[in-house]
Amino acid sequence: MAEGPAVVHMPRSLVALFPGAPRRLEARGITVAEVIDDLDRQIPGLRNRLLDVGPALRTHLNVFVAGVRADLDTPVPPRAEVHIIPAVSGG
Amino acid sequence: MAARTALLIGTPKGAFILDGDASRRDWQLRGPLCEGWAIHDISVDPESGAILAGGASPWYGPAVWRSDDAGATWTHSSEGLTYGDDGPKLTTIWNVTAAHGAIYAGVEPAGLFRSVDGGATWEHVAGLTNHPTRSEWQPGNGGLILHSIVPHRTDPARLWVGISAVGAFETRDGGLTWETRNRGVRAGFAPDPYPEFGQCVHKLVMAADGGEHLYQQNHCGVYRSSDGGEQWEEVTSGLPSEFGFPMAAHPRDPITVWTIPLNGADQGRFMPDGSAAVWRTHDGGESWIRSGDGLPQHDAYIGVLREAMAVDGLDPVGVYFGTSTGQLYGSADEGRSWALIADNLPPIWSVETMALG
Repeated sequence: MAEGPAVVHMPRSLVALFPGAPRRLEARGITVAEVIDDLDRQIPGLRNRLLDVGPALRTHLNVFVAGVRADLDTPVPPRAEVHIIPAVSGG
Repeated sequence: MAARTALLIGTPKGAFILDGDASRRDWQLRGPLCEGWAIHDISVDPESGAILAGGASPWYGPAVWRSDDAGATWTHSSEGLTYGDDGPKLTTIWNVTAAHGAIYAGVEPAGLFRSVDGGATWEHVAGLTNHPTRSEWQPGNGGLILHSIVPHRTDPARLWVGISAVGAFETRDGGLTWETRNRGVRAGFAPDPYPEFGQCVHKLVMAADGGEHLYQQNHCGVYRSSDGGEQWEEVTSGLPSEFGFPMAAHPRDPITVWTIPLNGADQGRFMPDGSAAVWRTHDGGESWIRSGDGLPQHDAYIGVLREAMAVDGLDPVGVYFGTSTGQLYGSADEGRSWALIADNLPPIWSVETMALG
C-alpha cells in the first residue's frame, strides 16, 4: 500500500449522481483500478459509472494520474493527484 | 377532490414531469431530471408508486433511476445490469416495467433483467437469451432491443416481451423458458412472410381485461390476439397505413385501443400527408375512427415513437402523446379532441401517466 492516499478530483456530472458526494476526496490504492475500488467503498455504485465490461474504463471517460492519461493498470504514486474527466462528447 | 394526473416524459436530454390540474387543462413542467441522461422509458411501479426511468449517459453508461417522492429526488443503480465481463456491452435500457413485486428492464442488446429489491440490484433473466433462436436474432433500425414488457395482471409467472426485429415471446414459468408468439403476424420484408420469429413488433400492449387479450402495433400492421399471443389476427384494415410505433389500451374497455399510423417505413415515418391524427377502435380493431381535432392538419411532418403514448385511468380516459419534435398533446375525452400541452421539449421518447393524490 502506498504511503498517503491519492487525492481524487471528480467531475460535477459524476458527483451529481451521488447526492452528498464531494468533488474532491482521498482514496487508497497502488493502481487506478484499486483507487476506483476504494472510491466505490466510499461511494457505493461509483465503480459501475466508471467501468464498462472487461473491466475497462468507459469509452468517454478519461483518468489522469499526476497529469498523465492513465488506464486501470497505471500505478498511482503516494499522494498523487488523480483527475476523472468526461470526454468532450455529446450533443 | 378530483384526481389529478402527472405526465412522465423521457427524452434524450433527461426526464421531465408535467403536473396537471383536475381539469387536465393546465400543466406545470418540472425538469430536466435524471441529470440529463437519455431516458428511453419512464414508468410507475403500481404497488409502491415509485417512478422508474431507464436509459443511459454517454459518459457513465446505463442505469435504472428511481424516485419515491414523485420526482423530487432520485437514486440510480446498474448493479447486475451486465452480461458479464465476457459478454456484449449493455448499452442502454429501453423499457422499465414493474409488476408483482419485481421490476423488469428490457435492454440493448436484447435481453431482460429483473430486480426484486426495488431496483437496487439486477439479475439477468437468462432463459430468454438462451432461447434456441437467439443466434438468428437480427436488429431492427433502432438496434437489437427488448422494448416491450407486458406482465400478466394476476399471474406473476406469465410475461410477454417484444424484441425488434425478432417478435414476441411469452414465459409461463417466471422466465425460465420462453416460446415465440408470432403466429399470424406478417413479416412483409422477409422471404417467408409468416416465419416463427423475425417479425418487427413495435409495441405490445395488454387489453383491459388483463388475461389473454393482447394488441400489437407492428412494422407490418396492427394485430389482436385473444389467446395470449398464440394466434394473432391482423386488424389493419381501415387505417391509413400499416406502419406506426405506439399503441395504448383503454384501462377498462378491452376492445378500445389507440394507435398513431405513420406514413411508412421507407417514406419518412411521419403522420400521413403531414396531417396529424390519432386513430382509435371501439370494437377490437374491426373498425377505426380518425381524430385530428385540435391537431395540426397540414404541414405537420411529425413522428411518434413506441413509448410516447399513454392513457390515464380517469373517466373519460385521458390520452397523451409526445412527438419526435418535442410537442406533447393531450385529450381529456378519450381521443376525440386534442390540445397542445407542452412544446419545445427535446425529442420525446416516452410518455407515461401517474395518478396524483
